[in-house]
Amino acid sequence: MNNQPPQQSDKPCCQHPRRTFLTRLSIGLSAVIGLVITMPVIGYVLAPIFKKPKEKWRAVGKLEDFKVGGFVLVQYEDPSPVAWAGVTATAGAWLRRVSETEFIAFSINCRHLGCPVRWVDDPKLFMCPCHGGVYYEDGTVAAGPPPEPLQKITVRVRNGQVEVQTIPTPLTLTTLT
Amino acid sequence: MSNNSLKRTWNWIDNRIGFTDYIVPLMVHLVPDNARWWYIFGSATLCAFIVQVVTGIGLAMSYVPGGEDTYESLKYITDVAPLGSLVRGMHYYGASAMVMLAVIHMVQVFMHATYKYPREMNWMSGVVLLFVVLGMAFTGQLLRWDANGVWSVTVAAEMAGRTPYIGPTLAHFMLGGETVGGSTITRFFAMHVFIMPAIIIAGIVLHMLLIMRHGISEMPDVNEPVDPDTYKEAYEERIQKTGVPFWPVAMWRDVLFSTVIVGVIMACSIFLGPPALDPPPNPSSINANPLPDWYFLWYFAVLSLLPPQLETWVILGVPVVGFIVLFFLPLISNKGHRAPSKRPWAGGAVIFISMAFIVLTIYGYKKPWSPDFGVKELPASVVGTDKGPLAEGAKLMHIKGCLYCHDIGGYGGHRGPELTEIGKLLTRDDIIIRINNGGHNMPAFASSMSSVELNLIVDFLLTRGVTPEEDVPKNPTQ
Ligand code: FES
Repeated sequence: MNNQPPQQSDKPCCQHPRRTFLTRLSIGLSAVIGLVITMPVIGYVLAPIFKKPKEKWRAVGKLEDFKVGGFVLVQYEDPSPVAWAGVTATAGAWLRRVSETEFIAFSINCRHLGCPVRWVDDPKLFMCPCHGGVYYEDGTVAAGPPPEPLQKITVRVRNGQVEVQTIPTPLTLTTLT
Repeated sequence: MSNNSLKRTWNWIDNRIGFTDYIVPLMVHLVPDNARWWYIFGSATLCAFIVQVVTGIGLAMSYVPGGEDTYESLKYITDVAPLGSLVRGMHYYGASAMVMLAVIHMVQVFMHATYKYPREMNWMSGVVLLFVVLGMAFTGQLLRWDANGVWSVTVAAEMAGRTPYIGPTLAHFMLGGETVGGSTITRFFAMHVFIMPAIIIAGIVLHMLLIMRHGISEMPDVNEPVDPDTYKEAYEERIQKTGVPFWPVAMWRDVLFSTVIVGVIMACSIFLGPPALDPPPNPSSINANPLPDWYFLWYFAVLSLLPPQLETWVILGVPVVGFIVLFFLPLISNKGHRAPSKRPWAGGAVIFISMAFIVLTIYGYKKPWSPDFGVKELPASVVGTDKGPLAEGAKLMHIKGCLYCHDIGGYGGHRGPELTEIGKLLTRDDIIIRINNGGHNMPAFASSMSSVELNLIVDFLLTRGVTPEEDVPKNPTQ
């Protein structure tokens, strides 16, 4: 058997056309294998970014359950839940019945970095537990680092049900309505 | 089995797997004889990683990535499974150990400038490893899928969302959807269990191959700055003359130190136990107080201290610039002196960064960054009375949330200035203006307080720090 490496020549293509072809073939096929394996997975992993957020309305309770007054925390199902999500498919909003006909709602996410703000009824303020952001009852910033007012959520009443329009996180990207 | 047949069996195996041919030369390769206790941190980091792999596999046997079940499975691991709490504890403290050791190892390498020629890529692969380890620490914190985990991922998504152009894409990629939920946890699980460990293992293999290729560096010598033209031969020559076999002459120190590390990890998980689980991961539950694990707390403090205009720059800049600077460091300076005494800037940088880290971490722990939602009403002993307008004013301090941020006589939060002596410092008008208009970190109360309430509060505040005889206003203004 000849174990000697083949002689190098200036033009390997012409010296060893078969060898060159096989080299190219192997490299090419390896690339094909790689692509075939990875493309579906990459597409699958990236899919959530390309999904257009759907406008989803979620019922949060009957009209008569809400009294005119301060904000209450309402919970509803995440706009795009997966079957196994359980309690983690819950989203929340601060909802207030301002008058008989008028509702107002805010996302519970602080506009600073998204922590959950709490409504404190007496001083009529939303307070954030993370870095001390504070908002007035109209959602405008009262103190602390938040750069923008709380995100408003659209509310409507349909067939005696109060419904809120879900919005995606991160909120910093959502433009104010 | 007789000794002889044992030997024969071993020879048969050795002949086939090539232990003596391939592994033994690696083990006994020559290392500088002055490579002593300074060099134990790298191997200890590796040891901590092994702890993570083993305990992680154990945890994965019971951990259910997805929704509600995740929390239940964590509770099962912590409370029910035999030795579950111990294994979870080891994984938790192992993570801390790994982060800490990786950083110490890096500081040591930096101080001794081991990253210079020809070991540039040793350093670069190490920097990548460090960042992936931090990624592991971060995703791991989220896999503890409780209230804190949910809110940390929200915060992380908000931070990622601030990246110019690709922010939203990045955030939604991270969350696996539009909101934090079931697909987020499975995504983080895959990152934490498959992707990042694979990168780490590949990184470690490369890191070790490079160590074998270039040899362990010597302690810096002031008289021998690195010169790429001559370094390799000089190193080879010295190592042949004075080197000692890695196994066992140098390695026993690594093994001893690693034993100590494993002992500490074990002791912490036995005596301190794994971190307690917060309430279940419900993204609509507002009763959370999200705080990162200790190694990221400095960053949390920075984010709280920054003026808003700088924030986005820092959020995105610190990790990216940090990585770039560290990664390219050996390309900027790969020759010259290695001795710390000749590199005062390097020493200064290390001291400055460690001080900043310590100060910010302490700050992160100590400073109340937020209002204290759980404050109690002021007791009569502090107010001085339990009826009358004074007591009412004191009560309003609680109702209106003033006490969330202000401390009076040891009761109340610390987000705002203490008001124990405020009666001595400010006049009635000053106080009214501040309450009505707010300012800096204080909300304006003008619209949420009646003038009666305002006056009761002001009257009460004016008595603070003033002795009872002078204090009670004769005619509280209405
Ligand atoms: S997240 Fe609310 S103040 Fe920072």
